[in-house]
Amino acid sequence: MVEGTGTVRALAARPLSLLGALAVALAVLVFAAAMVGAFPVSFGEMLAAVWRKLTGAPPIGQIDTVLFEVRLPRVFAAVLVGAALAGAGAAYQTLFRNPLVSPDILGVSTGAGLGAVLGIFLSLPVVGIQLTAFAMGLATVGLVYAIASTVHGREPILVLVLAGVVVGSLAGAAISLMKILADPYDQLPAIVFWLLGSFSAIRKGEVWAAAPLVALGLVPLLLLRWRINVLSLGDEEAKALGVEAGRLRLAVVTAATLMTASVVAISGVIGWVGLVIPHIARMLVGPSFDRLLPTAMLIGAGYLLLVDTIARTMAAIEVPIGILTAIIGAPFFLWLLARGREGWS
Amino acid sequence: MMRPILRVALVVALALAAAAETSARTVTDSAGRKVEVPDRIDKVFAAGPPASILLYMVAPQKMTGWPNPPTAEERPYIAAPYRDLPALGRLTGRGGTANLEVVIRSKPDLILDFGAVRDTYISLADNVQEQTKIPYVLIDGRFEATPAAIRLLGDVLGVRETAEKQAKYVEGVFAEIDAVVKATPPEKRPRVYLARGPDGLETGVVGSINTEIIERAGGRNVAQAAGQRGLVRMSMEQVIVADPEIVVTWDRNFFDRVFKDPLWAGIKAVREKRVYLSPTAPFGWIDRPPSLNRVIGLKWLAGLFYPDKLGGDLRETTRAFYRLFYYVDPSDTELELLIAWSKGQAPSGR
Repeated sequence: MVEGTGTVRALAARPLSLLGALAVALAVLVFAAAMVGAFPVSFGEMLAAVWRKLTGAPPIGQIDTVLFEVRLPRVFAAVLVGAALAGAGAAYQTLFRNPLVSPDILGVSTGAGLGAVLGIFLSLPVVGIQLTAFAMGLATVGLVYAIASTVHGREPILVLVLAGVVVGSLAGAAISLMKILADPYDQLPAIVFWLLGSFSAIRKGEVWAAAPLVALGLVPLLLLRWRINVLSLGDEEAKALGVEAGRLRLAVVTAATLMTASVVAISGVIGWVGLVIPHIARMLVGPSFDRLLPTAMLIGAGYLLLVDTIARTMAAIEVPIGILTAIIGAPFFLWLLARGREGWS
Repeated sequence: MMRPILRVALVVALALAAAAETSARTVTDSAGRKVEVPDRIDKVFAAGPPASILLYMVAPQKMTGWPNPPTAEERPYIAAPYRDLPALGRLTGRGGTANLEVVIRSKPDLILDFGAVRDTYISLADNVQEQTKIPYVLIDGRFEATPAAIRLLGDVLGVRETAEKQAKYVEGVFAEIDAVVKATPPEKRPRVYLARGPDGLETGVVGSINTEIIERAGGRNVAQAAGQRGLVRMSMEQVIVADPEIVVTWDRNFFDRVFKDPLWAGIKAVREKRVYLSPTAPFGWIDRPPSLNRVIGLKWLAGLFYPDKLGGDLRETTRAFYRLFYYVDPSDTELELLIAWSKGQAPSGR
């Protein structure tokens, strides 16, 4: 990142080796994260538990539950959410040709937040809260897109962003209203904790449910990666190169929104990952989307896993991860700003 | 021309009336504030849910309204004329919703707040009193101080007899539990987890007002964190490590799923079927809000923690408590509903 790190630069020159190195680092991190936690599990016990799992032997004590039902789902959830947020962030930033864009620019997080708050307000069970969050996240972006497409003759991206800001702040006001109406002893703390984001309650089934949706959003981004690059030149230039900007934009927004909404539904609102990680990735591999996307996703996965592992081992009581990502992300972003230009276009 | 005797009588009457008008006393509230209150207090505005419950218990006839309207599920357990009082919002606590003009329009002789005596609330009391010219009394809401709180309010409102009866009852409950708890060494006391929120992973750490009932009933709260207070989120792994012997909750969603959930299956309390659901009508038994409503929950919890020594007849305890504090005589069906609820059969409607 800084001038001295020659190896990174050397690696960056060969994107495939950089991706390989990042993947190895992520694997090491996953392994380390699986080793630490409040419940003491030694290396030997872990191997024995994995062996039991593979051979179908009956579990011994709580170790199997802790490893396979609590810790590993949480580790994979952090990886999935980090990758999805960073990937969606990279897509949005390229699409909007703007480095200040994060996945919630069109209101997906705020909308999902409103859905979750509504679910908590109606005393729905956890899965109901997640479904309302997911549905409202998608619906909010749908609404923003619908509003923007009725306005003709203006800069389409500007209209889209403005509609996103307006609908997002409307959803924010609705969240505040629900907070006032909610039961202050019961629902209000649940709302506050949800909006701060956390992996503490994550379960296997939720990771299994979110992962295919993230993959579903990822496929069009991968298939369209070359055309998305063309989009970053601007609508006119894209047209000249035979790319129909409007339809492509809709596809990218749909894909990135699907990725974001499905992970926000299980983890709550976790800010800054989708904003900062694509910047780091761009510093390493440049703005070309085909290289930016996998790099951002790998770094995002590793970053969120690292922060979550710190969150759950640092103190007896957890700090919600949304707070930590903001505390780390905000100063880092300022540093990026102070550092000045980077390879944007 | 009036006869002299009449004139004298008139003057005396006027003087008396004036004296009655201005006749006032000074009371000292729990914050040490000297507040001048009228001799006769007929209407009191409760600043928040805890205060409204204290007021309802000590002197329901003096209420002006509720912070929130009682729900259909709560109404049968609140005495007839009072359950229909209007909702006026709250002045204190998270999300103050009362309009000062609404407060003034309801013409209270006194504003009552019941809860933490902290600088925030003291300054709020001073401000509101200065703005509205209505005397504002702040009473210490710590669970331990409950008998003193009841007596102080009875004194201020001139209902000493009722207050004394209720204070004695609470002292009796405290003493009965203390005798058993003192005889039990700390390491033999049950390890308890209070599960909040739909996933049960929200709780209050030792020393927070939300869980103090655990220690009061002779349990040990497994959620401990030095330097932290109030509500926190646990992770499942921490709950597994803490392995509580007893889990208490009032969240029906959580209670519905805890016995079916493989993650909770290994927890001692779940294995031994010692997860308990607290009724919440007319008010929560263990919290929600943290006011005098917790006294019945205290008896219930202590009975669950020490079934041999403090078991008792929950049906009779509940009936007596609801009579003395809530002024209702629950029908057999209503009483049965509460007992079934405390055994895990919550009413289906919300």
